[in-house]
Amino acid sequence: MPVSDFEVVMGLEVHAQLLTQSKIFCGCSTAFGGEPNAHTCPVCLGLPGVLPSLNRKVVEFAVRAGLALGCEVKRKSVWARKNYFYPDLPKGYQISQYELPVCEGGGVPITVDGKDRVVRLIRIHMEEDAGKNVHGVSADGGSGVDLNRAGVPLCEIVSAPDLFSIDEAIEYLKSLRAILMYLGVNDGNLEEGSFRCDANVSVRRRGEEKLGQRCEIKNMNSFRFLRQAVEYEVRRQVEVIEAGGKVEQETRLFDPARGETRAMRSKEEAHDYRYFPEPDLPPLVIDDALIEEVRRTLPELPHDRAARYQRALGLSAHDAQLLTAERSVAEFFDAALAAYGAGPDGAKRLANWMNGDVARLANETGLAPAVWKLTPEKLAALQRLVDAGTVGGPGAKLALEAVFREGGEPAEVVKARGLAQVSDEGAVEAAADAVLARSAAEVERYRGGNKKLMGFFVGQVMKEMKGKGNPAVVNAVLKRKLGD
Amino acid sequence: MSLSLDEVRRIAVLARLELSPEEEQLFQGQLSAVLDYVAQLNELDVSGVEPMTHALAEATPLRPDEVRPSLPPEEAVRAAPAREGTFFKVPRIIE
Amino acid sequence: MTGAGELLDLSLTELSTALGARRVSSREATEAALARVDATDARVGAFLAVAADRARARADAADERAARGARLGPLDGVPLAVKDLFLTRGVATTAGSRILEGFTPPYDAAVVERLEAAGAVIVGKLNMDEFAMGSSNENSAFKPCRNPWDLARTPGGSSGGSAAALAARQAFGTLGTDTGGSIREPAAFCGVVGLKPTYGRVSRYGVVAFASSLDQPGPLGRTVSDAAALLQVIAGRDERDMTSSSRPVDDYGAALEAGARGLTVGVPRAWLAEGVEEGVARRVKEALATYERLGAKLVDVELPHTKYGIAAYYLIAPAEASSNLARYDGVRFGLRRAGAGGLKGMYAATRDAGFGAEPKRRIMLGTYALSAGYYDAYYLRAQKVRTLLRRDFERAFERCDVIAGPVTPTVAFRLGEKVSDPLAMYLQDVFTVTCNLAALPGLSVPCGLHAEEKLPVGLQLIGRPFDEATLLRAARALEREQGPLPAPGALEARG
Repeated sequence: MPVSDFEVVMGLEVHAQLLTQSKIFCGCSTAFGGEPNAHTCPVCLGLPGVLPSLNRKVVEFAVRAGLALGCEVKRKSVWARKNYFYPDLPKGYQISQYELPVCEGGGVPITVDGKDRVVRLIRIHMEEDAGKNVHGVSADGGSGVDLNRAGVPLCEIVSAPDLFSIDEAIEYLKSLRAILMYLGVNDGNLEEGSFRCDANVSVRRRGEEKLGQRCEIKNMNSFRFLRQAVEYEVRRQVEVIEAGGKVEQETRLFDPARGETRAMRSKEEAHDYRYFPEPDLPPLVIDDALIEEVRRTLPELPHDRAARYQRALGLSAHDAQLLTAERSVAEFFDAALAAYGAGPDGAKRLANWMNGDVARLANETGLAPAVWKLTPEKLAALQRLVDAGTVGGPGAKLALEAVFREGGEPAEVVKARGLAQVSDEGAVEAAADAVLARSAAEVERYRGGNKKLMGFFVGQVMKEMKGKGNPAVVNAVLKRKLGD
Repeated sequence: MSLSLDEVRRIAVLARLELSPEEEQLFQGQLSAVLDYVAQLNELDVSGVEPMTHALAEATPLRPDEVRPSLPPEEAVRAAPAREGTFFKVPRIIE
Repeated sequence: MTGAGELLDLSLTELSTALGARRVSSREATEAALARVDATDARVGAFLAVAADRARARADAADERAARGARLGPLDGVPLAVKDLFLTRGVATTAGSRILEGFTPPYDAAVVERLEAAGAVIVGKLNMDEFAMGSSNENSAFKPCRNPWDLARTPGGSSGGSAAALAARQAFGTLGTDTGGSIREPAAFCGVVGLKPTYGRVSRYGVVAFASSLDQPGPLGRTVSDAAALLQVIAGRDERDMTSSSRPVDDYGAALEAGARGLTVGVPRAWLAEGVEEGVARRVKEALATYERLGAKLVDVELPHTKYGIAAYYLIAPAEASSNLARYDGVRFGLRRAGAGGLKGMYAATRDAGFGAEPKRRIMLGTYALSAGYYDAYYLRAQKVRTLLRRDFERAFERCDVIAGPVTPTVAFRLGEKVSDPLAMYLQDVFTVTCNLAALPGLSVPCGLHAEEKLPVGLQLIGRPFDEATLLRAARALEREQGPLPAPGALEARG
């Protein structure tokens, strides 16, 4: 039976690094990079005698994420030790949460094929990250251990096995990532590993209700790799089943070079982590005051904002989704709209700018709104110039690009670069005369009934005027001259 | 005996201890004796009793999110049995 | 100027007064202590490391402050020693184990910081059972420690060196740790005062961890007042230890001399009924009678679950220890041995060579108790029994202020007597583990010498949470009434 007779069921575990200044259990900096072991101290090195000291902001950020995702935030949650031996785990255990995590339930909204759905979450918990093992650092083949990342705070967000296609999985990750970035708790960087995803993948024949045996897939640090990995894994599992075998529960690493998953050497025999409550940390008590404080500062979330743009501003779903993908872009748009004020179709026009030329320039330069030379006020001002007919479509695009790249006020840029639209009737007439003079055949066909040729004339006049003709004036002049 | 030799070996692997055959035998006997002794806890009715996993009943204050100076990397690896630059060096890790 | 011998006989409190009055200098006291260690420690084995030059420099600094009338407090200039599981920056710290041989920490334990901020002169690191696992100091990887009352006997453990050094007059005060009796039992065996504060009273930051929910650093002194003076300096919230209490620290000297009148002393009769050697029981009963004579009221209390204390303790402590000792893997510090088979081989060979038999046993036991399928039956059940124990004490403390009983079933036993039977060794802790499990403060105060053996017997006092002040008051009342013990006779040579 071909693969299409099977369906895939996925649950995703996302490890999101929380954007705190210091680590979860000590005051070392969480800054990326740095010389090996430059951001370490006795605590995160796991020296004898050290104890964890819990960073308050980690808890706030976890509560923030939990509230935004509609979870139940637990008033009491318990830290646990997950025991295993590995060089990047200095204490020989990871401090995490096990039986009583900080959040339970909740969901992530996704839109696939125009349909809205909420993917259920099982839980969110806090834990510390491990360090890094680096291969081949020494001539004798030894590996190096760098504990700069050890102790960086993570939120682990576990979804239910509620995703039934790779597209859904990717939408889920995009949505979750956008929410976390909106909240300011995570920077969404897959390549640097601050937003990591492991996938639990199983297959079952279509129509079956029971879940198949799942495998955990790790090491997919881009959406493209995720797609490759899951496609491979689905094929692999189907082959096993078709051949009469049983899928083994295992942890598999994605190998980007080969596009395959392969079984990992297990970190801990029989996966016996011997979890027990962490005696060095009292149970975490989260009171109403903290929850209300965090709730008060929650921003409008991407999904809600997109809905509002459609409802209140009349934007299309597509436009709304593009605008709200990143909080800083949406906020820029909001500010531009506010600066633009009441005006015809303001939202639509500004949205077109944002999703068109501005997005293009942003992608090209790799710059974030915070550092753009283009400001919301300038964008609004540019659109006002267009509204007033001072500059035409093409001229405005050129003006925008200039302002984006080099700064300056739109009105001045238009003037300085001679981008202004020409509305002067005399000038338009001169150009029209020139065009009509050399297009006698077309004039005759036009007057003979082929009205579609107006487009041709307009185009020619524009060309004559180097694109600066005011289209309305050009049209009016031509109509007059052609005798309509 | 409460513990079989197989179990002794399994535990030793989990704990990353390399026991000699003599140690395995010795520990099997000694640990079995202790386990026999602690089995008396089964006499007690603990239904509905909360475990006392934490010895301090207070919720203690949390730490503000402020960066404090780290150890200089040289100092962090000073006690290392083996190092490469400021890395801790270990035998090759195979994933 | 006092002679060195008389100087060393001073209590910490007496020395402090003499230092304050400048009748003696810190340097003299320190030199006397160092000389005494030189002369006697080959026989006692209390010290694993002596930091003579460092101590001298600190003594000189203390003297300089005294000359300016700027003494930092009662401990300024007083020679002390601390158990070798308190990390001391720049001074080797082994926790009694080969796996930490040569390890020089980059930071100080919180209690060391506090002692030194108070001007104390730490002369060295004291011998102990490896990773605090033991009741006789025989599990030290380096050398045994001997009881100054009888060098063929143990000083107790795991803070054997901390008690022996005091009894041998090698220091004026010491710090130990107590997880299941490791301060109180050696204090009882060596005839000194030893206090285990309430869990959370003293910071565990910088203390090599054995069992995280049971460990507590505490003072040992030749007198109750000495122990109180040390506790005053080390107690208090430390933001680096999230299990340290924010509760304000009492003034332990304030009610020290208030006497026993008005106190109600609870006596768990079952503790004296059986399992306590007759001579020990006799001294303990006499102490109880003394309390009555002094105006305290005695009431019987029932602590029905305490007989399960050892069983619960020997599941919980090894379980936590098995996790705490996982960091000793040869990667970042301490011993490393190469083994066959790369990384895994290195772990196993290192831990095999580095750990002695008792840590190995407890790691095995603890790993088992936490492992899949056994967690509920062992670890979880033991933690529930712990709750039952705690409730016993809560009920008892509704009717009394302190609970009194024996510290140990016997006086100090001979070296080698119990080493081949771990379980027999564990049962030494039967009266002391209850305090740690129930998170209560406990102390041992000498209550005389065993009539036949002529060895010290200790009386255990257990108090309400954070009520060390009442324990000290009750202990002082007994001490004042019965007078000091004679000096131990086994060390003839006096420096």
